[in-house]
Order: sequence, then C-alpha cells, then structure tokens
Amino acid sequence: MDEPMRGARLHGLRACRAARIFAAFALILAALTFGAVAPVSAREAPEVGEDPAAERHMMQLAAELRCLQCQNQTLADSNAPLAVDLRQQIRELLAKGESDEQVKQYLVARYGDFVLYRPPLKSNTLLLWFGPAVVLLVGLGALYLTLKRRLARLDSAQSNPQVADAESARAQHLLEKEVEEGGLS
Amino acid sequence: MSPLFKSLRFLLPLFIFFAIAGFLLKGLWLDPREIPSPLIDKPAPEFRLQSLEDPARQIDRKDMLGKVWLLNAWASWCVACREEHPVLVEFARSSAIPIVGLNYKDTRVDGMRWLAQFGNPYVTSLFDEAGRVGIDFGVYAVPETFLIDKQGVVRFKQIGPVTPELLHEKILPLIQRLNA
Repeated sequence: MDEPMRGARLHGLRACRAARIFAAFALILAALTFGAVAPVSAREAPEVGEDPAAERHMMQLAAELRCLQCQNQTLADSNAPLAVDLRQQIRELLAKGESDEQVKQYLVARYGDFVLYRPPLKSNTLLLWFGPAVVLLVGLGALYLTLKRRLARLDSAQSNPQVADAESARAQHLLEKEVEEGGLS
Repeated sequence: MSPLFKSLRFLLPLFIFFAIAGFLLKGLWLDPREIPSPLIDKPAPEFRLQSLEDPARQIDRKDMLGKVWLLNAWASWCVACREEHPVLVEFARSSAIPIVGLNYKDTRVDGMRWLAQFGNPYVTSLFDEAGRVGIDFGVYAVPETFLIDKQGVVRFKQIGPVTPELLHEKILPLIQRLNA
C-alpha cells in the first residue's frame, strides 16, 4: 500500500469515527431534550397494543389522567395494577371509536373529577380557576390607590409652598437629629 | 387615615399568615386517599358475575333489588381486608342485612382458602377476576364497602376497612332509615 492511499484510508477512518461520535452525541442531546419534554416515556413492553399510533393516542390521553393508586402519577406513568387495567380499558374504549371526551367521562363517572389532572370549570372550582386572577387584581388595585395617594401628596406639597417649606424644615430637623445621634450609618 | 386603621395595616400580614396556617392545619387532617365517590345517590352499576363458590351460578344486579345490602370488595392478597374481616363476620352474625363480597382480582383457589380460614360473612361473593366490575364501582383500594338500597342506589361508600365504630355510628342508622 503506498503512502497516499494509506493516508486517504486513515483519513476516511478518522472521518468515520468523527461522524460516529457526532451521531452518538446528537443522540444523547436529542434524548436529553426530547426525553425531558415528552410526557410519555415509561411504558411496558408486554401490554403495548399492536397499533403504535393507537398506542400513542392512548398514552397521550392517559398522561392527562391521574392514577388512583399512586396519586402523584399519571395513568401513563404508573405501573400500579389498577393503572394497567385502566390503560387497557382506555385502549378498548378508543378502539371502539369513543372520543377522548367520552373516555374521560367514563372515568369521571367512576372515580370523580379527581382523575382529571386539568380540573373542570364548575361552581366549586371557581375559586381555583379565578382565585389567582382576583388576588392579582386586588393587588393591582391596592398598588394603584397607593400610588395615587402618594402622587396627590406630592402634588399638594408642590402646589402649596408653605407645606413644602414645612416639610423640608421637618426633613432638615430630622437629618440634624440623626447626625447628632451618631451620624448616618 | 385613622390611627386604628394604620395599626391594623401592620397586622394584615399576621392575619394573612393565620388564614394560610388555618388552611394548612385543616389539610393535616384530610386524607388524600379518600376520594368522594361520584356513585353516591346514583344507581349502582350493572354487573353480572359468577359466584366465587359456584362458577355455574351467575349473580346479577337485579337479584339484589328489593333488599338493602352491603357490597364489600375484598381479596386474599389484601392485608387491610384481614384486619376488617372479623368485623364483617361479627356483623353477618347479627344478620341485619346481606353482605355480598366482591372478590377483586383474585383466584378462586386463594379466595376460597381465605374464606375457609377466616370465616365467610358473605351470602355469596362475586368473582371479579379481571377487576372490571371493580372499575365500574370505582374501586381503587380494597377493602371498599358500598351500602346499596332497595332500588339499587348506592347510599354510602367506605374506603378502607369497616370498623365497629363506623358500623354503629354510620352504617346501622343508615340501614334503619333505608329499611323504614
């Protein structure tokens, strides 16, 4: 083998290895970015349905429903026996052509609104839905009133020189007192 | 601004603190595992299951109409059921109302052995191997007990073991009212 050929092959090998490292790196990066975002990553091999699209649909729906047995997990994430059964039930209902909404109704009829991770808008959830907005509005209102009052005081101080003089005399007095008592620290 | 209002203003954070602390304190005594059943005051779901003792015998929702009865979900693998069982056996002796078992996600052999070992308070047990009827009743943690009236309407649900106190303070008065 002559020198240039070997060089070319070496170069090719190096490029190949670089590509492989790059690919692996990209894969890890993709796994990190998408793996963290995708809500449905935990699934079990044996009970996955045949149709991957239907399975994906079922898992998407299950990710919005709470597992009753381990209450901080979704039906999609949980391996509790009940969650496995309910996933099977959802799979069957969807296969029968029921809509997402009908499946949710099916579960709400049995377990109550608690299964929904997104609480419905009802008379007893009004505070939950609008409470934060009300608190924000009250806060903004209080801020507005405070600023308005402060502005009014400033205005009156400016438009009335006597008041302004009195205020500045008082401020002067306070400052001097402070200096006498040990300075502004 | 009145002086009273001014001093109240500084107390406001304290009031807010007490309000939040009050809610949190209440939360300490709430059991997140006890989810109110949407089935209360609604017709019990339809079911048709084999009896645990006799596969040839089918039990239907209609069979129980006209009676006030208890449906008790249990399983041989359930530890809390073991704790609850003597209470049910004792209650069955008073034979106030029939107790029907819902043998949830169990095997016939294990279920039968369990009843032989600890006594059988049930007029019969429904054999719910797949847990489908359990799902229809919204069972999520055995033991669970349902009180069902003559019209087949669910009147009360207990999540977790039935205790003698619960029987005397809640279930028996309800039975009396439903039987009246």
